[in-house]
Amino acid sequence: MTELTGTITALTAGIRLRGGRRLYRAVLYTLLGAGAAAMIFPFLWMLSTSFQSDGALLVPPPRLIPSPIETGNYAKIAEAFPLWRFLLNSVVVAVVSTVLQVATSAMAAYAFARLRFRGRDALFLLYIATLMIPLQVTIMPLFVEMRYLGFIDSYPGLVLPSIASAFGTFLLRQAFLGLPRELEEAAFMDGAGHVTVFRRIVLPLAMPALATFAIFAFMASWNSFLWPLIIVNSPDLMTLPVGLSNLQGRYATSWNLLMAGSTVAVLPILIVYAVGQKYVIRGVTLTGLKG
Amino acid sequence: MIVGQRGWQHRAAIVLFLGPSLVPLLLFTVGPMVASVGLSLLNWNLLRPPEFVGLANYERLVGDANFREAVIHTVGYVAGYLPLVVVGGMLIALALNQRLRGLALFRTAYFLPVVTSWVVVALMWRWLLDPGAGVVNYALGLIGIDGPGWYTDPAWAMPSVIIASAWKDLGFVMVILLAGLQAIPEEYYQAASVDGAARWARFRHITLPLLTPSLFFVLVISLINNLQVFDQVWVMTKGGPAGETSVVVEQIVTNAFSYGQMGYAAAMSWVFFVVLLGITLVQFRLQRRWVTYD
Repeated sequence: MTELTGTITALTAGIRLRGGRRLYRAVLYTLLGAGAAAMIFPFLWMLSTSFQSDGALLVPPPRLIPSPIETGNYAKIAEAFPLWRFLLNSVVVAVVSTVLQVATSAMAAYAFARLRFRGRDALFLLYIATLMIPLQVTIMPLFVEMRYLGFIDSYPGLVLPSIASAFGTFLLRQAFLGLPRELEEAAFMDGAGHVTVFRRIVLPLAMPALATFAIFAFMASWNSFLWPLIIVNSPDLMTLPVGLSNLQGRYATSWNLLMAGSTVAVLPILIVYAVGQKYVIRGVTLTGLKG
Repeated sequence: MIVGQRGWQHRAAIVLFLGPSLVPLLLFTVGPMVASVGLSLLNWNLLRPPEFVGLANYERLVGDANFREAVIHTVGYVAGYLPLVVVGGMLIALALNQRLRGLALFRTAYFLPVVTSWVVVALMWRWLLDPGAGVVNYALGLIGIDGPGWYTDPAWAMPSVIIASAWKDLGFVMVILLAGLQAIPEEYYQAASVDGAARWARFRHITLPLLTPSLFFVLVISLINNLQVFDQVWVMTKGGPAGETSVVVEQIVTNAFSYGQMGYAAAMSWVFFVVLLGITLVQFRLQRRWVTYD
């Protein structure tokens, strides 16, 4: 008898446990799904709004699927504002500063990881120290400097402050230090110089680290706002974020146009993210840097 | 000694490899940093020649009601934002740290806002929170709540900025904490389940202590980043309405580039920088009290 009740208790406990587990999972998925929906919905809403007609926009209820579907918003906004020019500027600035940052950082990282010279560690400490400096402390003197150089409202003014990166140097130095040295030593024995060793051996081996940093540099440049806001005045030189914030001043309530502009601004970075997600996530967990 | 590490070739290599990075860094970061100390002692609007005023800019800062307001708003912003992202990010990370199907998909969704530029996020949320035609107030209306004026209402403007900011950064906190959770060795939990420890006890005595280094990291980074809140404020509210969302960096930028008070803005930025450094230092000192390292 006791044996039987024991079995029954064990059975029901097992059922309850399995049932509880299933319930737990269901609740978990529901909550996570709701959270994910809350993350994705604003993007869908942006996209949907960009296809709304002026009339339908302000008439409740709000619709996720626009009716009628208005495809003219993109043309309209591109006509009133040099939207494609903003896009081009963003691409040029982001590509140029990413390429230069990766190149200069990799070279400096090689010097810090592989060359021996006096004051190296002190200099590296200086690099680390600059990581602590917030932009708003340097931005006024930087502006004055650019004025003396005649670079206000110009591409050099936009790009110059971000052609080197202490952060990138730090990240890549760590990566280089982790590489095996045997290949390099063999190359030196064969009479190769530093340039050859750097290009032929170190860079290829450090590809994942280079990719991680490149994606970060690109996203940081693509999303940067404060410096372009200050250094550039003419619409022909504005990057997307600055151009968009200007658009907002003019079309404060034309949400269909503003969302069309935002969609154009967000698509390239989403593509970069989709392609390089692995590197993006790893970069964040390694460094805590944000795009 | 490795071949190729001596003589003029070695020196040339140092210059060649270091120069392209060091020169811009000195010119555009270290130089301006040093120069801004000097700038903070000047009265200069860029139009007339600069005038040396000693510490007058710093004295003026003490009595500047706008700056004091901006400091209060900035602290208020962080006080609202930080618990949201830390607790929210932790819950999501804990949920995702289980053997789940679709983990990568969830992580991608939560991380999407992190890679999006602030200007786009701010515009998105202005539209979502639009007092008249916004979808948030419409949804609130469906359940019988009369939604507030959000960013147009002085009382709701800062909460609006906080909501948008927390929405954008949740994924960032989640990814860092998730990495921390995944680094906790499985053996700890196995030992605990032999002991029959309950879910809560396991969380309290294993997960939480071992997660403190990641939490510390999140707190330090989030505090530094968010005391410097600017982009979202600039696009969502421009510091308004009625100056209710005016924050420190916004004050620095406005003083420098709208009022042409370069020296005064530089003084502001230095005081702010020292405070940021101080807060970070205090965090590192307090770290010993609550952060567990293996």
